[in-house]
Amino acid sequence: MKAILALEDGALFPGESFTGQGTAGGEVIFNTGMTGYQEVLTDPSYHGQMVCMTYPHIGNYGVNPDDVESAKIHVAGFIVKECCKTPSNWRASASLPEYLTRQGVMGIEGIDTRALTRHLRLHGAMRGYISTDVSDPEALVAAARALPSMEGQGLADRVTCDGPYRFDGEKPVPVTLADGVYAWPGPGPRVVVYDMGIKWNILRLLLGQGFDVLAVPSTYTAEQVKRLSPDAVFLSNGPGDPAALTGLVAATAILADEYPTAGICLGHQLLGLALGGSTFKLKFGHHGLNHPVKDLETGRIEISSQNHGFCVDIESLKDVRPTHLNLNDRTLEGFAHNTKPIIAIQHHPEAAPGPHDCRFFFRRFRDMVREHTGK
Amino acid sequence: MPKRTDIKKIMIIGSGPIVIGQACEFDYSGSQATKALKEEGYEVVLVNSNPATIMTDPELADRTYIEPIEPDTVARILERERPDALLPTLGGQTALNTAVALAESGVLTRLGVELVGASLDVIKKAESRELFCQAMDNIGLKIPRSGICRTMDDVRKWGGMIPFPIIVRPAFTMGGTGGGVAYNMEDLETIAGRGLAASMKSEVMLEESILGWKEFELEVMRDKNNNCVIICSIENLDPMGVHTGDSITVAPAQTLTDDEYQRMRDAAIAIMGEIGVETGGSNVQFAINPKNGEMVVIEMNPRVSRSSALASKATGFPIAKIAAKLAVGYTLDEIPNDITRETMASFEPTIDYCVVKIPRFTFEKFPGSEDYLTTSMKSVGEAMSIGRTFKEALQKGLRSLETGWPGLGRLSGAKAPDREALLARMRRPHSTRILDIRHAILSGISLEDIFEATWVDPWFLRQIKEIVDMETALRAFPREHVAAADAACREMLMAAKTFGFSDPQLAAAWNLTPLAVRALRQKFGIKPTYYLVDTCAAEFEAYTPYYYSTYETGQELAVSDRRRVVILGGGPNRIGQGIEFDYCCCHASYALREMGVESIMVNSNPETVSTDYDTSDRLYFEPLTFEDVMSIIEFEKPEGVIVQFGGQTPLNLAVPLLKAGVNILGTTPDSIDRAEDRERFQALLQKLGLRQPPNGTVLSVEQAARIADDIGYPVVVRPSYVLGGRAMEIVYDEADLVNYFAKAVVVSGEHPILIDKFLVHATEVDVDALSDGTDTYVAGIMEHIEEAGIHSGDSACVLPPHALAPEIVAEIERQTVALARELQVVGLMNIQFAVKDGEIFILEVNPRASRTAPFVSKATGVPLAKLATKVIMGRPLKELDPWSMRKTGHVSVKESVFPFNRFPGVDVLLGPEMRSTGEVMGVDASFGLAFMKSQLAAGQVLPSSGKVFISINDDNKGPLLPAARLFHEAGFEILATKGTAAYFNAKGIPAREVRKVSEHRPHVVDHIKNGEIDMVVNIMEGKRTVQDSMAIRQTALLYNVPYVTTAAGAMAAVQAIRELAGQGLGVKSIQEYYGAV
Repeated sequence: MKAILALEDGALFPGESFTGQGTAGGEVIFNTGMTGYQEVLTDPSYHGQMVCMTYPHIGNYGVNPDDVESAKIHVAGFIVKECCKTPSNWRASASLPEYLTRQGVMGIEGIDTRALTRHLRLHGAMRGYISTDVSDPEALVAAARALPSMEGQGLADRVTCDGPYRFDGEKPVPVTLADGVYAWPGPGPRVVVYDMGIKWNILRLLLGQGFDVLAVPSTYTAEQVKRLSPDAVFLSNGPGDPAALTGLVAATAILADEYPTAGICLGHQLLGLALGGSTFKLKFGHHGLNHPVKDLETGRIEISSQNHGFCVDIESLKDVRPTHLNLNDRTLEGFAHNTKPIIAIQHHPEAAPGPHDCRFFFRRFRDMVREHTGK
Repeated sequence: MPKRTDIKKIMIIGSGPIVIGQACEFDYSGSQATKALKEEGYEVVLVNSNPATIMTDPELADRTYIEPIEPDTVARILERERPDALLPTLGGQTALNTAVALAESGVLTRLGVELVGASLDVIKKAESRELFCQAMDNIGLKIPRSGICRTMDDVRKWGGMIPFPIIVRPAFTMGGTGGGVAYNMEDLETIAGRGLAASMKSEVMLEESILGWKEFELEVMRDKNNNCVIICSIENLDPMGVHTGDSITVAPAQTLTDDEYQRMRDAAIAIMGEIGVETGGSNVQFAINPKNGEMVVIEMNPRVSRSSALASKATGFPIAKIAAKLAVGYTLDEIPNDITRETMASFEPTIDYCVVKIPRFTFEKFPGSEDYLTTSMKSVGEAMSIGRTFKEALQKGLRSLETGWPGLGRLSGAKAPDREALLARMRRPHSTRILDIRHAILSGISLEDIFEATWVDPWFLRQIKEIVDMETALRAFPREHVAAADAACREMLMAAKTFGFSDPQLAAAWNLTPLAVRALRQKFGIKPTYYLVDTCAAEFEAYTPYYYSTYETGQELAVSDRRRVVILGGGPNRIGQGIEFDYCCCHASYALREMGVESIMVNSNPETVSTDYDTSDRLYFEPLTFEDVMSIIEFEKPEGVIVQFGGQTPLNLAVPLLKAGVNILGTTPDSIDRAEDRERFQALLQKLGLRQPPNGTVLSVEQAARIADDIGYPVVVRPSYVLGGRAMEIVYDEADLVNYFAKAVVVSGEHPILIDKFLVHATEVDVDALSDGTDTYVAGIMEHIEEAGIHSGDSACVLPPHALAPEIVAEIERQTVALARELQVVGLMNIQFAVKDGEIFILEVNPRASRTAPFVSKATGVPLAKLATKVIMGRPLKELDPWSMRKTGHVSVKESVFPFNRFPGVDVLLGPEMRSTGEVMGVDASFGLAFMKSQLAAGQVLPSSGKVFISINDDNKGPLLPAARLFHEAGFEILATKGTAAYFNAKGIPAREVRKVSEHRPHVVDHIKNGEIDMVVNIMEGKRTVQDSMAIRQTALLYNVPYVTTAAGAMAAVQAIRELAGQGLGVKSIQEYYGAV
């Protein structure tokens, strides 16, 4: 079925829907990973975004029940050159078109994804609209323009959890709190994780470090967190503009002052803002699995998984030292506070998808917590 | 950390001659590395015996030794040059093995030479199966069950413990020579026996079969700080059981989830660490069980490999260059990425297209060999193609092979065999299996059944099915749409183009001519666009001018406003067309650059220097077909196209391009035709008063018999318009002639058979010349060692001539100049002469660069291809003055190298059909020494004393007598079979009788096997009584006993042996020969 992707600047990309009739809108970004589309689809950080995969064959290995980073697909639309309808992989349980269709997410193929990518690189990420009603392309452009801009949008509340939960290694298990107090079941150090659209692999790796983990909604106040008497606080990844999340920034400032705190991606940005820094929007963001990051403490180069449209201004920070630097564009990839137990990282040490080079971050967090709490 | 300053001078070892398993890719890597190290201010000493390489160009390294790559010679060079370091990881297995030998013998320690890139420990850990197994065990990685065998008893022991089928892998061989798959004990003993003999260490590994598992490869780079990046993942279409070099391979991997891919990546990085590869590039091979994802490690190479070259071309990441810089101490984050300029080499390329590599085979050249693919590599070349999808890339790749396939499938659909036969055939991997898969799909066999037969992953099968379905749809497409050229036709055409269909394929489907399809396309405005290979999927702006065509909508490339010229390359290596032509194309490009003209290279061979992104101003990685080349020309609108450097491939395009209005630079297609067309050529010779052997052109066996009677046997017969002496034979009587027609030949009006008088005992002479149409520079006169009748590409030759009379040489020069002027040659030309009893005959004239152009350039110090390009661009020869550049005072011998060890059962006798894959050069002050070096470089270690076994047929007893006498005088004991021994004894040359194979044992073959014979002279020139002597030659080959099969070869060998007696071979760089230092 014919479909068109219209961009807010009037550019049109004709293709075919592989998920039947429909429409979709969102910020169009491109991802350069050659593998890992299922993890991308289910990464809540892509909320409100339509992802264009630069590798032309997508869907080759289908989808499976294991490689999910949240309970559902979060991308607003999926843009590929060629979608494979009959996958080949021993773990495949469904095809990509089936997966998207079942969850009502629009997929479009036959797009010249390289031309689209170049367009976004030159003109920046922009809003777009996909529709199988191709009769009036101008209307689609107008629909794209009518979408809210990503800048200024706080989206964490939309993808967060309904209530506190623990993670059993495969899925969240809701917990009930008695008067806002949690009976921590395990012996490990207690970490409260702000779920602002967390990728499950972060939870898996925190558990792997021996933490006792409780995830809470992004709407939790600092007081609520304190009441849980954690040993440490962890701020997850998530979608949207960090600067719009003023409540979370305030909460972060309080909590980071009191507990060993770590953040990934959006969490990194919130910590940056909470420590008095500023953030800015990247032209077309970093979305891929091949970005070199230098760990300034060890000198090692790590190939990182990246997914962010906003960035902490390296110059705006005081009392912190950069710990990680992006070797492509020299932007800030991580920092540590000079005196307090605060570490943050912009990219994705939990990978999924992507290389495992940066996993050491979780170990570092564990060591930091031990050092400061004795646990 | 900056580069090391404690080393100043570095030696790089090349890979020597082109052989199966080691081709141009090591010229590519060696050249890149040499340039990179020079750029850093190091003094570079280079050793390579292959004159047809860019790396041995005198201006590249500081000191270039065109000397045999074997431990003793390299030790002498080390002794003389005293480099601080030796970089052994860029010259393939040859360089690695040589470095191991030098390290183990203590030479490196004695001379204080450090191995950089890979230490002895690392090499041994990676190369010895035993140590490798242990290393993998240490890091918890699985490898197939296996056992190391050093004797046949070991083989039988392990054969009883590992379940069949068992893979046999010899240690320390290249391309898996001597390996194979054994299905029973008898197979095992045969294959393992051969493997033990082939292995430098007499070591084979027997391995549990994982036939049918999916095969993957990762290219890894590591720096001294343990930073690791994966440059490229490769998935093989052909599953385990077929050597990677013989597999169709695809980049990136297609059927791995991120989780599986990352596990593989982690494993590769762990292996780098465990093996201890300190710096540089390596490749690691994995197999995955398609049923459950179980992963095993197959092997790793701690060096740059064929796959690295492929990965470099597939991604744009210059692996060899970076490997060289890492070896001298840089880290990945200190080396800028040329492509993006703003990023560093410490990243992992990501690509937004699909790359397919397809091997090219030449089984037809080796009668008696079986078209059956195993773990021992047999392909002689490869083509790579880039498309936005696998379908597009596969079809482009298939037509890049130049085997007559316009894409997936032949034009004239040969009838497919029936279902069972097809399935049976597909079960045995062979060179055309991909076409069988198409047949199978067309005849309705299910993909499940095809998978069961081939184990080709269903993803690939479905992609192929989509192509086949498109072909079916095209055939079923209503012709009225085509006739009307309406919108439906446009849509169909465009759809087919995005699936990689070529004009000839569409023409076949629609019963049109390819030109009519082209016209249709032009009418619709359907043409390819050119996208960049940029390592980053368009995330950054790229500066490298490396492009591929695709049928997409974007436009990202603009034509420059400079003068520009297109150079057409040679395509995949094959026998008769290889690195020599790539060398010429590169030089053409360099010359254009020197002249300020933009050079635009078109080629499809990933191994080459010409497809390096910085060789030309622009590189189009495209098939060399009329359609693909025309599209580039229409886009680029160059002032002309150079066709004379890439061998037969571009030459065949000259006329069609000319007809399409393209300006062919240099010698005109009409002149080329005058030289190639029999009748026009005869007229030309008559006009100039030159002679050729009596000949005729025939269309039937009866006609052939008549003509042969007229001119007299023996005659040479061959089909017209062939390359490398394909199907050419010397025929001694009518029975042979009839036989030839019966077995070999399809005769048609378009392809008549040519018959020439065979000149018995004539000397063949090859001449390369350079002309601007007015003046002609006779660049090199090469006297062949072997007599006429052996393909010129297979015989050894010497420059300057060592036995030709001066007046003959002068007359050859005169005739060359006359031919060049008459043909109005602008550029290079090659002439083959035969000299018999003082008379000169012209065998062939080729107004283009020849296979010998690089050899002549190296031997004389005159860069022929570069000068030719300048002449082509209008510079007068007088002004360029090649005469003044010529370096003399030394003798150069070219020797050919053969792939017989890859084709067990194929006779090694030389003939008019070319079968060599490569060449080496020996240089010294005299013929004997230069010849000795050429033999050594080709892998023949001529003995200085001992026993020589001589076996000759009656025709050759007389001609061999002088050589036999010299062997005797040199102190050799001569062994011969009864008749020959009697003949020699009668002539006063003592000879001891040994038994023939047909007589009692121990016979001659037993003596060879027992190591009692040091050299074999086995001459069957003339009418062959055949098979009886084959066992002797096969055994000599197998046991690596030096052998010669021609009287002239024997004479040259014994002269060399005598000359060498009492003195060791010296070494000298070509810069010194040229008097530059």
